[in-house]
Amino acid sequence: MSAVKKTNPALIVGKYAALAFYLIFALFPLYWLLKIGLTPDALIYSEGTRLFPSEITFSNFTTVIFQTDFVAYFRNSLMVSLGAAFFTTLFAAGAGYAFSRFVFAGKRIIIALMLVTQMFPLLMIIAPIYKVVADLGLLNSLTSLVVVYTAFNIPFATFLMQSFFDGIPKDLEDAAMMDGCSRFQALRKVVFPLTLPGLGATLGFVFTAAWSELLFALMLISRNDAMTFPVGLLTFVSKFSVDWGQMMAAGVLALIPSCLFFIFIQRYLVQGLTSGAVKG
Amino acid sequence: MARIELRDVAKRYGSVEVLRDINLEIQDGEFIVLVGPSGCGKSTLLRMVAGLEPISSGDFLIDDERMNDVRPRDRDIAMVFQSYALYPHMDVARNMGFSMEIRKDPLAERKSKVAQAAETLGLANLTDRLPKALSGGQRQRVAMGRAIIRDPQAFLFDEPLSNLDAALRVEMRLEIARLHQKLSATMIYVTHDQVEALTLADRIVVLNGGDIQQVGSPLELYERPANKFVAQFIGSPAMNVVPVVGTEFGVTAGNGTEIKLPDQPLAAQAKELGVRPEHIDVVNNGTGDLSAVADVVEHLGSDTNIYVNVEGIGSIMVRKHGNIPVKPGERLGLRIQTENAHLFATDGTALRRVA
Ligand SMILES: Nc1ncnc2c1ncn2[C@@H]1O[C@H](COP(=O)(O)OP(=O)(O)OP(=O)(O)O)[C@@H](O)[C@H]1O
Ligand SMILES: [Mg+2]
Repeated sequence: MSAVKKTNPALIVGKYAALAFYLIFALFPLYWLLKIGLTPDALIYSEGTRLFPSEITFSNFTTVIFQTDFVAYFRNSLMVSLGAAFFTTLFAAGAGYAFSRFVFAGKRIIIALMLVTQMFPLLMIIAPIYKVVADLGLLNSLTSLVVVYTAFNIPFATFLMQSFFDGIPKDLEDAAMMDGCSRFQALRKVVFPLTLPGLGATLGFVFTAAWSELLFALMLISRNDAMTFPVGLLTFVSKFSVDWGQMMAAGVLALIPSCLFFIFIQRYLVQGLTSGAVKG
Repeated sequence: MARIELRDVAKRYGSVEVLRDINLEIQDGEFIVLVGPSGCGKSTLLRMVAGLEPISSGDFLIDDERMNDVRPRDRDIAMVFQSYALYPHMDVARNMGFSMEIRKDPLAERKSKVAQAAETLGLANLTDRLPKALSGGQRQRVAMGRAIIRDPQAFLFDEPLSNLDAALRVEMRLEIARLHQKLSATMIYVTHDQVEALTLADRIVVLNGGDIQQVGSPLELYERPANKFVAQFIGSPAMNVVPVVGTEFGVTAGNGTEIKLPDQPLAAQAKELGVRPEHIDVVNNGTGDLSAVADVVEHLGSDTNIYVNVEGIGSIMVRKHGNIPVKPGERLGLRIQTENAHLFATDGTALRRVA
């Protein structure tokens, strides 16, 4: 009599079928993006619904890279997104640590206020933001976008970071301080290495949010050389036609940094870094 | 090596008073054991000595110097945490050597000390493992190693052996005793284990509900407990305590039995009588002070535990050395060793016999 239960083969098949279904469902739009990007212009409408184009071309990609301002948009987006991700994570880590570890006057009020800011639809505050940015003379600058994105992402990022700090037992810092660390040393040598997954997740979250943000970018930037990628994408839409092939090619290219970014941080996203620290 | 003194120390979380009126003088090189029920404030007291928890009021002194506001790192105290608190991203060797790493001790010295400590603690072949790949007992020993690798003024242990099996526990207990003899450092040790407390301590501090109940040598606490709580807390199995009515010559138990206590002049004020299980003799039925019916009998080899029912009083436990051939349901007589009996007043304080 074996204690190990035999796994039903039907269950295994079912599990993989469900996974496959989910993958196809999730990845199909991406495939379509790539497909249209690779389809020659002439065939886009005539073969609109074919799963595989009868002919493949890279001309859309070369046109986008060499004959449009795409590279400039791309660079602008990269700067804005990296800047926003960096500053947001920096502030959120500091604030999250304070919320997680210290008791101070007004803590509840600050947390409540931060929650309140998350409740307003962005459309409501577009006009005042525009006015503030214009008065500061920051219209058409990438700085304005970095500042606005950082400001909008800090509350959520702070809660995210706080929950990561909450997951690190306080005893670890105490132990480090007993071992001779100052609070800052304990932070750097013990807490920081354990927070890497949290920092990675926050960076990734803010980066992708900033990378695809359209509303503020559209409103605060009108000069072509300061446009970010999502705004630039709209230039493929002219009054009379939409250049689908180039637009999709640009879209595919725009996916690359997000993918690279996540490949880079995914090893910090693995869970269980703190396992073994304290009793069950 | 340090003299630690606590004067009127209290700890409050908001309006909740967790510890109050803590007065304690710990001599240089003394081994103090803190015992008390769960939640009585043992860890909190330890953390205040360590500097990890602010002291709400009172004075904390090391070698006559007030240290209330001194940072943990400047107190030169090592602590073993109840939760182990191992650094999960460092291997065993680095965990143990972390304090030396912070002090920037030379690598060679660090390595040899870590190797030596790992040897002592039976961790020699585990030094390159991460904490998550260790068992509970192994983690606990790494936590010990992290403390003993230093040469601090004082050690604080918060239930350091609670997760070890019986054999390892005895071994580690001896190791701690040896460590104390070798370093003659001041030690404060929290435990729930009676044997650890009684064997290791120079003095035991009994805490309950945030108050110190009694401070004294193991024998003092066993022979002359200050109150009912200490009497029942120290000693295993616990003391039998039954309500009585005090008379001029002794006490009268619930079933009307009179027990003469010639050497207890304060008996008249007694409300309860306490007798340890080992201070009751089993005699022939019909003789002795009480007549009882055996309920459950446990043969431990070296000792026999007999739970008996006494009509009008209730369940009483008797412990006798050796193997006593008593069967459940058997009627027996009990004789109380009155010279070892304890009397308690209404508020639970012990009525001390004179001399
Ligand atoms: N931050 C806090 N706020 C309020 N009460 C607290 C706080 N920390 C601890 N306490 C209370 O202080 C009391 C003492 O806690 P402590 O951890 O010192 O107990 P202990 O004697 O070590 O118990 P155990 O044997 O279970 O480890 C407990 O009743 C606990 O509820
Ligand atoms: Mg405790």
